[in-house]
Amino acid sequence: MDKSRGRTGRTTAGGAAAEIRTESGHRGLQFEEPLIFEQGAEGRGGVDLPPAPKVAERLGGVRRKGPIGLPGLSEPQVIRHYTRLSQKNYAIDSGVYPLGSCTMKHNPRLNEKMARLPGFADLHPLQPMQTVQGALELIDRLAHWLKTLTGMPAVALSPGAGAHGEFCGMVTIRAALAARGETRRRVLVPESAHGTNPATAAACGFEVDSIPADARGRVDLAAFKAKLGPDIAAIMLTNPNTCGLFESDIVKIAEEIHRIGAYFYCDGANFNAIVGRVRPADLGIDAMHINLHKTFSTPHGGGGPGSGPVVLSAALAPYAPLPYIVHGADGFRLVETKEGKAQPFGRLKTFHGQMGMFIRALTYMLSHGADCLRAASGDAVLNANYVLARLKDVMTPAFDGTCMHEALFDDGFLKDTGVSTLDFAKAMIDEGFHPMTMYFPLVVHGALLIEPTESESKDALDVFIASLRSLAARAKAGEAEFFHAAPRLTPRRRLDETRAARQPVLRWRPPAPASQAAE
Amino acid sequence: MAQVKYSKEHEWIRVEGDIGVVGISDYAQQQLGDVVYVELPAIGKKVTKGGEAAVVESVKAASEVYAPVAGEVVAVNDQLTANPALINSSPQGDGWFLKLKLANKGELGDLMDEAAYAKFVAGLS
Repeated sequence: MDKSRGRTGRTTAGGAAAEIRTESGHRGLQFEEPLIFEQGAEGRGGVDLPPAPKVAERLGGVRRKGPIGLPGLSEPQVIRHYTRLSQKNYAIDSGVYPLGSCTMKHNPRLNEKMARLPGFADLHPLQPMQTVQGALELIDRLAHWLKTLTGMPAVALSPGAGAHGEFCGMVTIRAALAARGETRRRVLVPESAHGTNPATAAACGFEVDSIPADARGRVDLAAFKAKLGPDIAAIMLTNPNTCGLFESDIVKIAEEIHRIGAYFYCDGANFNAIVGRVRPADLGIDAMHINLHKTFSTPHGGGGPGSGPVVLSAALAPYAPLPYIVHGADGFRLVETKEGKAQPFGRLKTFHGQMGMFIRALTYMLSHGADCLRAASGDAVLNANYVLARLKDVMTPAFDGTCMHEALFDDGFLKDTGVSTLDFAKAMIDEGFHPMTMYFPLVVHGALLIEPTESESKDALDVFIASLRSLAARAKAGEAEFFHAAPRLTPRRRLDETRAARQPVLRWRPPAPASQAAE
Repeated sequence: MAQVKYSKEHEWIRVEGDIGVVGISDYAQQQLGDVVYVELPAIGKKVTKGGEAAVVESVKAASEVYAPVAGEVVAVNDQLTANPALINSSPQGDGWFLKLKLANKGELGDLMDEAAYAKFVAGLS
């Protein structure tokens, strides 16, 4: 029995809720909301517009012949529609969001306040440079923090998110190889790396060579060494890896990869586990992207955009993309064309990167300070290990020992129960939680990957853990039917994912007129 | 009689003369779950042993289908594009992926026969 909070499982609505029928289709405060196209009527509207003045017809043959078919709605109808949709959403602002590999940490409101300051929010990217010195200084300051935290001499700030950052890093590596007159074709990617890593290597024209994981969930060092050769351009490794484990042989891997003249790309999506504790430069890394929308608390998962700056070693720094900022006698200046000894490979975006995210990330850094950034990575690891320790007697950890910022389980504890990882995850929705990441990483059977982040209190984690313990007990008690019917308490029950993927309905179409329907 | 051989990556190959019909095993389709999408190679594509020959995507995951032996693609099962469920309902029948003109029949010796594969799969769970 779990008595950590003195809570007993409550059957507030239970299975009975599913059987209560209401005339409106609403269930208390859980509203049944039709599509906006199914509401309103033609001719209705929220504003009273004067008739359009007669103008000369210049559309020729492309003039619209029939009505466009938009629903006519009043302002309160529109507001209610989107408010109700937002209430159906599950967000980090509404509860524990343990989606492993995604780092759904709290987005501090101070970040938002700073990003809305008119001096930042009202800027235009084509304003004269002397009128945006503050914004350029902010970008430069953020670059300083990123370089200091990673120990790297250069950073490219323009990549739009993680995978874009990987692309930036790998194109930089390709440029560095080209400058040496080499065209190496193969990139090594461990099985414990993020799925975007092999995709990036392939998108950059490299051949992907996979390295198996060993029994400890880390790179198989012997298999790695066996693959080394003059055709290897780089290794793309994620650290901590997707199993939530620190790649303990990383320094050895860096030495070996450099010995053959190749480069070391590290996927820094999990940097949040080691900020203030490990500097990637000290591990021998040449390029690493940092997800500001994970490690540095800027919003993502629909609230983005993401931002994926790439830090670069001295060997790669000359090939960094444009633009970058320099500080001279006249203040800050954005370098937009090749100058000096730099050999930029080009540019990745029309403008300078995700300015709004730079403001939020720097706000997070400055409001925490170096000491609390270090404390945050420690708490993220502590929380994950607390979850692991409290669940390991009823669920099956994928690997022995402690973890980093995420706890990984396999589906061994569900064996012969008739309950799958998917069923288990669906039952978590009824418990009021966003499910953990499931069936990823692929190297673990029926994987359940939990990343609580440092934002969660012990109280919140205890409720979460109690739910999982109770579900694990029900699975073992033979209540397979309970799981197969989950979720019960959601606006829609279990969706037919197979049919949705095989026969997707991508747009709403008006129902056929009654006369046709009767035929 | 046509012999069926299996790879450790769960592809099967049924050899008829110098042509091999390739698909994924019943175990593989069970592990994948409902298949929703298949990407087949172009006819005439040359594949190496263990190289990527096709891509299969289920509600759970996307994964590569590797060529169990080297060869040239001489036919693909176009029915899978419209009806990927065939891979679940008949993995070793109507759910075949492609036909290869074998480059080196000797490579078949590296693969497992039915009994050896059954033993291999039993050791996985």
